Amino acid sequence: SQCSAILSFSFQQRIEIHKLRQGDNLILGFSIGGGIDQDPTQNPFSEDKTDKGIYVTRVTEGGPAEVAGLQIGDKIMQVNGWDMTMVTHDQARKRLTKRNEEVVRLLVTRQSLQKAVQQSMMS
Amino acid sequence: KIESLKVTVDFLKVPLGLKKPPLKEALAAVPGPGRPKPLGVERHKPRRSDAMDNESQYSGYSYKSGHSRSSRKHRDRRDRHRSKSRDGSRGDKSVTIQAPGEPLLDNESTRGDERDDNWGETTTVVTGTSEHSISHDDITRITKDMEDSAHLDCSRHLGVSLAGALALLAFLTPLAFMLLPQLLWREELEPCGTPCEGLFISVAFKLLILLLGSWALFFRRPKAFFPRIFVFRALLMVLVFLLVVSYWLFYGVRILDSRDRNYQGVVQYAVSLVDALLFVHYLAVVLLELRQLQPQFTLKAVRSTDGASRFYNVGHLSIQRAAVWILENYYHDFPVYNPALLNLPKSVLSKKMSGFKVYSLGEENTTNNSTGQSRAVIAAAARRRDNSHNEYYYEEAEHERRVRKRRARLVVAVEEAFTHIKRLQEEDQKNPREIMDPREAAQAIFASMARAMQKYLRTTKQQPYHTMESILQHLEFCITHDMTPKVRRGHGGRYLTAGPTIQYHKDRWLAKQWTLVSEEPVTNGLKDGVVFVLKRQDFSLVVSTKKIPFFKLSEEFVDPKSHKFVMRLQSETSV
Repeated sequence: SQCSAILSFSFQQRIEIHKLRQGDNLILGFSIGGGIDQDPTQNPFSEDKTDKGIYVTRVTEGGPAEVAGLQIGDKIMQVNGWDMTMVTHDQARKRLTKRNEEVVRLLVTRQSLQKAVQQSMMS
Repeated sequence: KIESLKVTVDFLKVPLGLKKPPLKEALAAVPGPGRPKPLGVERHKPRRSDAMDNESQYSGYSYKSGHSRSSRKHRDRRDRHRSKSRDGSRGDKSVTIQAPGEPLLDNESTRGDERDDNWGETTTVVTGTSEHSISHDDITRITKDMEDSAHLDCSRHLGVSLAGALALLAFLTPLAFMLLPQLLWREELEPCGTPCEGLFISVAFKLLILLLGSWALFFRRPKAFFPRIFVFRALLMVLVFLLVVSYWLFYGVRILDSRDRNYQGVVQYAVSLVDALLFVHYLAVVLLELRQLQPQFTLKAVRSTDGASRFYNVGHLSIQRAAVWILENYYHDFPVYNPALLNLPKSVLSKKMSGFKVYSLGEENTTNNSTGQSRAVIAAAARRRDNSHNEYYYEEAEHERRVRKRRARLVVAVEEAFTHIKRLQEEDQKNPREIMDPREAAQAIFASMARAMQKYLRTTKQQPYHTMESILQHLEFCITHDMTPKVRRGHGGRYLTAGPTIQYHKDRWLAKQWTLVSEEPVTNGLKDGVVFVLKRQDFSLVVSTKKIPFFKLSEEFVDPKSHKFVMRLQSETSV
């Protein structure tokens, strides 16, 4: 238990996405869902159905997010240092699509990662 | 603890003159079932004869309907002829034999006498004062009673005439009260003008209302013959009798003897009697009709042979009245009893019949030897692997398929047959020879579907219930009322499924004679957990009672303004 508390802290991955310029827009190549103003019970990716965090719902093939290693179902904890666990959906969108930023550094956590390490710890 | 087996034996075969031999031997002499049968004999009658030991009581329950006799007669008869050794049943004597736990032929002949109290397990009705066991004298009395049964019809007539006489007396009393002073001391009476006339009119109308009310309430063809007193009716009769007697007493003392001159007072006295009678009538309505209407109990009736069951809601009724209610509903709710459908096909059963031989080594003094043996046999048989369930399954599937095929053929035949018949319109010009009435039309089309119908009925084993005559009548009925073949086929589920008993020909209803078996006196009211059995020769209905639960209904107020909603979003944004 104490073991897993320390370890879960490190089940986070840092992903650096370089935005792609398409015409007038800078796109990242993924979709987000969730937020404190949304209904958390409809989130298919969260383990805890009261979790109102921001989740990655889709990753465009070949897009910058996929290249950087972002996977569908990841929960975004931070964007460039800004916390994303208690934001509204629109706030999250805004933080990801700032026009003057070309690189976003995300801190994501992934369930599959957690489970894999947990299992290896138990065995 | 004591398991009771019930066997019905036709007691006409009992030899006479069995005075004091142990009852076992007496019953062993009964040629009925032939195999060793358990001991207890119980027949119950509502008697109190001093010659009886206090252990033996009888009550005969035969239960006839369709006679124009009311329960009052029977009750009065019993009340008045208690000391006579008369039986309350007639026709077929059915006796229920009950067993104590042990079978007959254990080597226990010496212990027979101590066993008396064990036979006391009743499941037949007893009066309040009776214990229940057997007495040897009873057997002789039974045979004697059967000869006396012819006298019972008279007793019932007597009972109803008694009730009628009482009613007539009550009806005529007010008129007598008013007429007697006029007849006897007319000259001395004070004149009485308008008030008296008003009272006369009111008496006339009240008596008319009483007459109509009594006719509506009491003069109905009784639907059943109850084995015991109908308590409420007895109560009402007694009440009326006391009322009338007390009024006559006062009248005799105060008015006749002293020759009261105040005629108005006399008339008012008569009016008060009529009022009292009207209130008694109101009481009768409440007790006999209204009290049972509000449902209080749920009765579950299960037929013992095939498990068909129904639930009914009844109010406060005595056990015998509840039994009548159940029977009335039985005839139109339960599918007809078809003994041919009951048993497993013989091919399946025959394999099961091979038994085990049990050898007991050593001990012989155990009394539960036989039950232990039988348990061992059953356990061994269960453990032995046999495939009869397989055969049963395939047999069932085959039968099902056959029935469906025949049914399809029947359906097609009926449809075709009906296309040949058309109702004659007025404007059609037809040769008079070709015009038929429903009966002939029915006969005409019956031929074309007779074969299919016969085969179908034979497969479903219903053919004893449908004679050709009844089929023709039904066809005629359908044709007359322009019923489509679908209706004709599905009419009451008449042929395709086994319909309720009441739709079959009257002969099919066989005996309307049922035997009521109950642990408690049948005039007791229903209570939670009461179980009684209605028996016929080949099956019985087991009825159990449950109280309808007390519902706690609570109120919750919902403010109409409190209905507010929010949108629950789950948006997805691509970035």
